[in-house]
Amino acid sequence: MYKKIISVARLAILLLGSSTMLFTACNSGASKTGDAANDSTAANTVKIGVLHSLSGTMAISEVSLKDAVQMAVDEINAAGGVLGKKIEPVIVDPASDWDLFAEKSKELLTDKKVAAVFGCWTSVSRKSVLPVFEENNGLLFSPVQYEGEESSKNVVYSGATPNQQLIPAADYLMSAEGGGYKRFYLLGTDYVFPRTANKILKAYLLSKGIPKENIIEEYTPFHHQDYQTIVSKIKKFAVGGKACVLSTINGDSNIPFYKEFANQGLTAATCPIMAFSVAEDELRAMDTEFLVGHLAAWNYYQSVDVPENKKFVADFKAFCEKKNLPGGAKRVTDDPICWAYTDVYLWAKAAEKAKSFDVDKVRAALHGLTFDSPAGAVKMDDKVNHLAKPVLIGEIKPDGQFSVIWKSQGLIDPQPFFTLNAKN
Amino acid sequence: MELLLKINEIKSGKWTGPKWLWPVIMAGAVLFFTVRVATDSSGTYVQNLFSGISLGSILILVSLGLAIVYGLAGIINMAHGEFLMIGAYTTYSVQVFFTNVLHVQSSNWFFITALPVSFIVAGLAGLLLERLIIRHLYAKPLESLLATWGVSLILIQTARSLFGDLTAVKLPEMLAGGWKINENLVLPYNRLFIIALTIVVLVALYRTLTATRLGMQIRAVTQNRSMSACLGINTKRIDAMTFFIGSGLAGLAGCAMTLIGNVVPDMGQTYIVDAFLTVVIGGVGKLLGTITAGLGIGIFSKVLEAFFEAVYGKVLILLLIMLFMQFKPRGIFPDKGRTAAD
Repeated sequence: MYKKIISVARLAILLLGSSTMLFTACNSGASKTGDAANDSTAANTVKIGVLHSLSGTMAISEVSLKDAVQMAVDEINAAGGVLGKKIEPVIVDPASDWDLFAEKSKELLTDKKVAAVFGCWTSVSRKSVLPVFEENNGLLFSPVQYEGEESSKNVVYSGATPNQQLIPAADYLMSAEGGGYKRFYLLGTDYVFPRTANKILKAYLLSKGIPKENIIEEYTPFHHQDYQTIVSKIKKFAVGGKACVLSTINGDSNIPFYKEFANQGLTAATCPIMAFSVAEDELRAMDTEFLVGHLAAWNYYQSVDVPENKKFVADFKAFCEKKNLPGGAKRVTDDPICWAYTDVYLWAKAAEKAKSFDVDKVRAALHGLTFDSPAGAVKMDDKVNHLAKPVLIGEIKPDGQFSVIWKSQGLIDPQPFFTLNAKN
Repeated sequence: MELLLKINEIKSGKWTGPKWLWPVIMAGAVLFFTVRVATDSSGTYVQNLFSGISLGSILILVSLGLAIVYGLAGIINMAHGEFLMIGAYTTYSVQVFFTNVLHVQSSNWFFITALPVSFIVAGLAGLLLERLIIRHLYAKPLESLLATWGVSLILIQTARSLFGDLTAVKLPEMLAGGWKINENLVLPYNRLFIIALTIVVLVALYRTLTATRLGMQIRAVTQNRSMSACLGINTKRIDAMTFFIGSGLAGLAGCAMTLIGNVVPDMGQTYIVDAFLTVVIGGVGKLLGTITAGLGIGIFSKVLEAFFEAVYGKVLILLLIMLFMQFKPRGIFPDKGRTAAD
């Protein structure tokens, strides 16, 4: 009996280890309805793929991007479509499972024959679909900031490159206006984005004359909950003065981190946290009292004061309410949502300009394209599939919104492969 | 070669070392820590020790219910983490009720109310699970394991559909901030509260198990089910009561967890692996074992984390546990004598 219990206990631990994976797998294949290829009307419609996780761990972030794409599609269709054709979105659910991302993208490209795909949040999902897009010469629009070191002709990266988010944030903190910080604690979750981001940040800070002992780099596992030791390390580090935290902490670890930070007596005044992965959508229902005064760096906030954005925010809330989506009119917009929405317009504009849905022609037409996005006017680069855009530093307010406290001068050109010597 | 033989000897239990070995190691560790704490001007060691005790108390609180259920019925309840989640969502619901229906401004009262409510709600959910599913699967460890795992998936998805992915519980005003000992050392009130809660729960549980009729019956059934049945104990009722208490304790832990972490549908999964490790290391169904293992894992994790990064700290603690299980596969306090035979 006893041995049996022990062996079952071992099985239990094994099972738990794989349970997340299995759990996401259980959720897959749920959303195959609604796209039973209506070939009779094919002449009047053009298909696009939407490849965002609607279940599993990433659903919390990615569902909003699917909604934004859907809204852009509805708007374009209401205005007459693209090249006289209505857009027909084919929505699939890769269920936060990287292998499923590759499978689903293959299905979209070869079976559904979509003209373009809008999707991916994590870098690992993008890297897993990349070979599929290159092999089939597809076009993927990826709206989330990333760590650079990748630039494929088959992917349009509308999220920020490192020099459009990380570097301006570091520059701001070092400037007199930002507080003249001299000591940096780089804290992240242990995966590719924080690792690469911190490598770039560290190299940049060193090149700016920050001594090595004033930069500390540390990582935690996914879903880390207990930040006591790390916060007390930061606290000791902060005693030296002029210290700040550059945080690439991901997802559900943020709340325990900020809570512990406040409870051990640290404040934004003594040691601000500059976050690269915390946006309005995540703050929506968080208990934000611990985050007030801390900073973030993005290219768009819901509070951006341009007419295009006021309309965009009002439209998005109305759209969520009308479609009866969870959250309804209380929904908020944020950086990835803005770019997911902009992506559809960029593609539609490029297709109009190219007078074709052919991937090669659309790509050629994309280069140099300008668009009045909710974040203000942006411009596609002439050579690489990236956007030139403004950089904004925001301060977290009690209602979970950001007030913009710094804005870059004009647009920052993209630089997918960051080098220290290049001029911005 | 000689070393291998020696290791085999230790593993097979023939050689357990001189009798004074473990006490001396323990005393050495205690002495080491006392000296470090006494000579510690910057507060680092006190901070690490406190963090360790705090994490340990959380592990104990989460594992207690699991240990009782596991010890009594040999049921590996994979849904234990989800009772924790139920407790956390109960706390959230109580908060919503207080702010939206009763319009109570102070955030202290809802939390005080939520503590017993979350115990009862999670306990009743556990009772329901026992009645509907587990009752039919006693003495079938594999089947009950898979069944409870399925239940945990269902519960997670139900919570996601009911509450959505984003919910937040406000920290009660009385537990905000911390006890400032000196410039470098602040002991947060929420963590002190969890330590105190753990002690209260432990004392209450110990009293229940040793000084009440129900406790005696639970212990009797744990030791020998058929003999207890022969003596007229209604073992089915005891099973149900144990499940109620075990799940209720998980709910209470979930309520306490809202003080430090998130309320998300899969929050139980974050704690359940550590809880299993605690129970297995402590020895099946041993209260004292669970306490020792919880504190041990907590303090070791935090001390290792202070010297290495959090990622490597976790790797090291798992390595230590694997090593420990090689030498003491039945936990710190294994059964002795005739009860160990089966």
